[in-house]
Amino acid sequence: MAAAESKKQHRSPYSPALGLRLLLLAGLSILIQYIDHRDNHLDAVRKAIGATVYPLRVVVDAPVSAWRWLGDTTASRNQLQLDNSRLNTERLMTQARLQRYSALEAENARLRDMLEARTRVRERVRVAEIMSVSANPFRHVLVVDKGTNAGVFDGQAIVDANGVVGQVIEAGVASSQCLLISDPGHDLPVEVNRNGLRTIARGTGNFDQLDLPFLPNNADIEPGDLLVTSGLGGVFPSGYPVAVVDTVTRLPQEPFALVTARPSAALNQVREVMLIWADEDEEPEIPISEPEPEANQPVDSETGSDTGDLTDESTPETGDETEGETSE
Amino acid sequence: MSDARANGQTPIIISLVVSLMLAIAPAPDWAEPFRPDWVTLTLIYWSMTFPGNYSVGVAWIIGLIVDVAQGTLLGQHALAFTIVIYVTVKFHLQLRQFPILQLTATVFALLALYQFVLFWINGVAGVNAPVVAYWGPVLSGTLVWPLVSIILAGLRQRVRR
Repeated sequence: MAAAESKKQHRSPYSPALGLRLLLLAGLSILIQYIDHRDNHLDAVRKAIGATVYPLRVVVDAPVSAWRWLGDTTASRNQLQLDNSRLNTERLMTQARLQRYSALEAENARLRDMLEARTRVRERVRVAEIMSVSANPFRHVLVVDKGTNAGVFDGQAIVDANGVVGQVIEAGVASSQCLLISDPGHDLPVEVNRNGLRTIARGTGNFDQLDLPFLPNNADIEPGDLLVTSGLGGVFPSGYPVAVVDTVTRLPQEPFALVTARPSAALNQVREVMLIWADEDEEPEIPISEPEPEANQPVDSETGSDTGDLTDESTPETGDETEGETSE
Repeated sequence: MSDARANGQTPIIISLVVSLMLAIAPAPDWAEPFRPDWVTLTLIYWSMTFPGNYSVGVAWIIGLIVDVAQGTLLGQHALAFTIVIYVTVKFHLQLRQFPILQLTATVFALLALYQFVLFWINGVAGVNAPVVAYWGPVLSGTLVWPLVSIILAGLRQRVRR
């Protein structure tokens, strides 16, 4: 019985010659890698296979999210009250800051009007949770639980409460992969908040370090300077904090200074992130009031209801931002 | 074998699904580079045992799934799996005779080959990763191989009948 079986097995691997199959499949792999590397023609294939991967992600993520849910539901009354009062204080403080912010924003819009500059891009955000699944071992990647069915697109910017986290590199149907700014292959156009000096922040493969490789020795940069996105790359909206300059080493014999910075966002311990949609910015000639309501009304109501379900803390902020900008 | 294909393959499929889940299970940062290549180990075992059913074709398809799950270049893991499973199937008769120590050494070589293919494609595609990301899985994979082969041998008894 066993002998007959093994004889069958022995013949079958070579039936359509094994080497030929290897060559075919290897050639096919190299071909699709080439296509995949050049452009995004294989997105449909990726999405189809991604649909089979998604249930696996959910199952793997389930124990961790169940544990979190258990922690949330069994939190003691005392703990909840403490949290509540802390959050209330925080909210008051943010609101106070926000009041000043809206005044500043109005002033900014007026000044920009006088300069006939383009008005700033409007943004809306939505909260996404990190799925506790691990992804690509060669890159700094995390998986969030929103995909194209929530409007996520490739290249979308992702921030957390403290600063920029990364960008979407592969939007699946219900979950997406995001590249962190700490990945060695990630370059981010930034400017120094103090003086507007523009440069590039490059990931190092280390969660708490970014490099600024293209600053000359005489550049005006000091430890403690805040770096914000400059919006030049077209991916990230401008003005989000990225990192704080850590060390500046000026070597006279080198053309460039060695500058390192520490990301503002805690890249390896985020649990919730915000996805940013930049709404169309309009030309200054077009009257501001006319195109806006049509363009933004459905969008605003959508985000309002969506984010309202997810978290309350982020909604007032973002809601106020969009409303404030729309009214001005 | 044909009726086994109809009803007896579920344990194998389950083991492959479990290995895929282990491949994307969360791990602490320090352990991340030392995650064994569970899918590779499972595929090596089954292609060595049933080379007629689990050969380069299956390896290629599972490679594509891993590529999507990990967000690597589409075809990278598919190519690596295909090459490793080709070698395994080619020498499956010898591999079956090997004592466990020698087999483990061979698995070490197979895993190293697998990581080398990934390393090579990463180099061509311009992804630079630390050295530990390549050697970590090879070492840990070799260490867990005896365990994996014992568990899968248990499953294999069920496939037979």
